Amino acid sequence: MSVLVFAELSGGKLKKPAFEAASYASDFAQSQNLPLYALVAGHNVEEGEIKRIGEYGVEKVLYFNHPKLEAFVEPVFAGVLKAAAEQAGARYAVMPQSYNGRAVAPRFSVLWNAALISGVTELARVENGKAVVRRSAYSGKGVETVLSHGERTVFTVKANAYGLKPNPKSVSIESLDFSPAEKDFDALVSKRIEKASDKISLTEADVVVSAGRGMKGPENWGIIEELAETLGAATACSKPVADVHWRPHHEHVGQTGIQIAPNVYIAIGISGAIQHLAGVSASKTIIVINKDAEAPFFKAADYGIVGDAFEVVPELLKAVKAAKN
Amino acid sequence: MNSLICISSVPDTTTKITFDASGKELNKAGVQFVINPYDEFALVRALEFKEKLNTGKVVVISVGEADVDQVLRKALAIGADEAVRIDAAPRDARFVAEQIAAYAEDKNFDLIMGGKESIDFNGSEVMGMVAALLGLPFVSFATRLEINGRIAEIRREIDGGAEVLEGSLPLVLGAQKGMAEWRIPNMRGIMAARTKPLTVVKPVEAKNYTESIKFDLPPAKAGCKYIDPKNVQEVVKVLQEKGVI
Ligand SMILES: Cc1cc2nc3c(=O)[nH]c(=O)nc-3n(C[C@H](O)[C@H](O)[C@H](O)COP(=O)(O)OP(=O)(O)OC[C@H]3O[C@@H](n4cnc5c(N)ncnc54)[C@H](O)[C@@H]3O)c2cc1C
Ligand SMILES: Nc1ncnc2c1ncn2[C@@H]1O[C@H](COP(=O)(O)O)[C@@H](O)[C@H]1O
Repeated sequence: MSVLVFAELSGGKLKKPAFEAASYASDFAQSQNLPLYALVAGHNVEEGEIKRIGEYGVEKVLYFNHPKLEAFVEPVFAGVLKAAAEQAGARYAVMPQSYNGRAVAPRFSVLWNAALISGVTELARVENGKAVVRRSAYSGKGVETVLSHGERTVFTVKANAYGLKPNPKSVSIESLDFSPAEKDFDALVSKRIEKASDKISLTEADVVVSAGRGMKGPENWGIIEELAETLGAATACSKPVADVHWRPHHEHVGQTGIQIAPNVYIAIGISGAIQHLAGVSASKTIIVINKDAEAPFFKAADYGIVGDAFEVVPELLKAVKAAKN
Repeated sequence: MNSLICISSVPDTTTKITFDASGKELNKAGVQFVINPYDEFALVRALEFKEKLNTGKVVVISVGEADVDQVLRKALAIGADEAVRIDAAPRDARFVAEQIAAYAEDKNFDLIMGGKESIDFNGSEVMGMVAALLGLPFVSFATRLEINGRIAEIRREIDGGAEVLEGSLPLVLGAQKGMAEWRIPNMRGIMAARTKPLTVVKPVEAKNYTESIKFDLPPAKAGCKYIDPKNVQEVVKVLQEKGVI
């Protein structure tokens, strides 16, 4: 029996989602006294890159090398995950709740005949041989406790919920013995990838600077972007701002947009409607800047500044820059 | 082209979520249930294809008890041709997926679409499981869908960008914003919905994979600490404490 973690690659590199899943899986494996394996699946990934997963408690890697794995083909990855789980003799699999993690987890759970518990926010416990874990539900308005009846269980870990737990180990690499069916590659063909930008991805970002209709117009976003850049933060926005194309749709956070849980969320000129809060209230620290003292967002905030964004934000930017120097 | 659209009945987005004393159930009193917003994008896109091609039908399906008939009627009012309700309280995503797959198995739908996730359980599980159970390809987070003959071109969101994929029907998709615009049913649609078929089907047996034990509210915030706008240095201090700068 063991634990398998899916060390997802993004652009051929291990990134934060993989490290967070590894941190979770390594703590879970330790709590259950089980060996831990990580699956790395890609094409000609450098050994040094693979071994970086050892920074987060992994000692054994199953490496699957295939020329067609540069694109993410969901049925293929589901098959690779199942093969890895079998080679590792796993009982539990942990994966990031990233776009690709969420795309592949359902099929993997069906193929592996496992229970799937998605969006877990805390370490799972095992009671009478069954895993019990808390997960986020109702778009962040609730927390659900779920019991697994599966002989095997797959967990997807909500981004930023568990955090990174450095625990350096030396890594040994074993190759995964598996040949995916050709037809699984052919079902969907990737025509092109459109990179949003080189900016920090919103779901992974540790800090998010977000603005709403209070900014009055797209021409005023310069200061928001500059603050974000200075803080190494991603930018986000409220729904109406995306609806009128002041900002791109992929920045829209909330119940009908992206759900995020950064360490720090800075909300500028956003009223804090319930649908907006649903997507951001899991953030660890919320700082609100709004000129209306009655804005509902202050009820969900840890820190609040009642003031005009056009005055407060430039001052804040100045102070941040000064502190960094 | 025939489409099957999977509809989850969820509390309206403005709902203040509370649970009963046991933590087992959502307090439903006064809560308005609606079509899961992402499922509605899927429904409208399927209707657009039907209208453009002037052929085929759009069937909506929901796994739930009689109280979900109301959202199925709304889907019919928006323009779906038929509704099917699998008469069972959803136990978990796998249970729901087994029901939908069992219904769809012998009906040759060209397109099976639902939302990227339900806004109550937020699993992003059901549609991928339906695809797996039916042995069909699955694309989630689909923001655009064009169909030319049997070939579908799909745009989906990925970490840090978007990807354009091509595949042939039949396919299973999870839709999100961008796929279509929401539609408000008109009077004619509402009238027509009354005479459209809503079939109730018995559930199939399915194994229990997970069990919901209870719900809690997320821990309440300690309260807002106000910082004087003249004293942004305080914010810098907070950011330093959190390791941001
Ligand atoms: C089905 C449904 C789903 C939805 N989903 C989402 C969602 O996912 N995400 C989302 O964000 N919304 C969503 N909404 C919309 C939501 O209800 C609100 O309308 C929206 O969040 C408001 O955006 P806002 O705060 O930017 O604008 P407003 O509500 O107009 O608020 C602007 C705020 O800026 C402040 N302000 C104005 N000028 C200044 C200034 N100079 N300095 C500082 N502050 C200033 C004002 O005091 C006000 O509080 C949804 C709505 C529905 C019906
Ligand atoms: N009870 C249900 N009946 C029909 N479809 C459902 C049901 N629950 C979820 N779905 C579909 O599956 C999608 C993903 O739901 P979930 O896996 O709960 O996030 C939803 O957007 C719906 O399209």
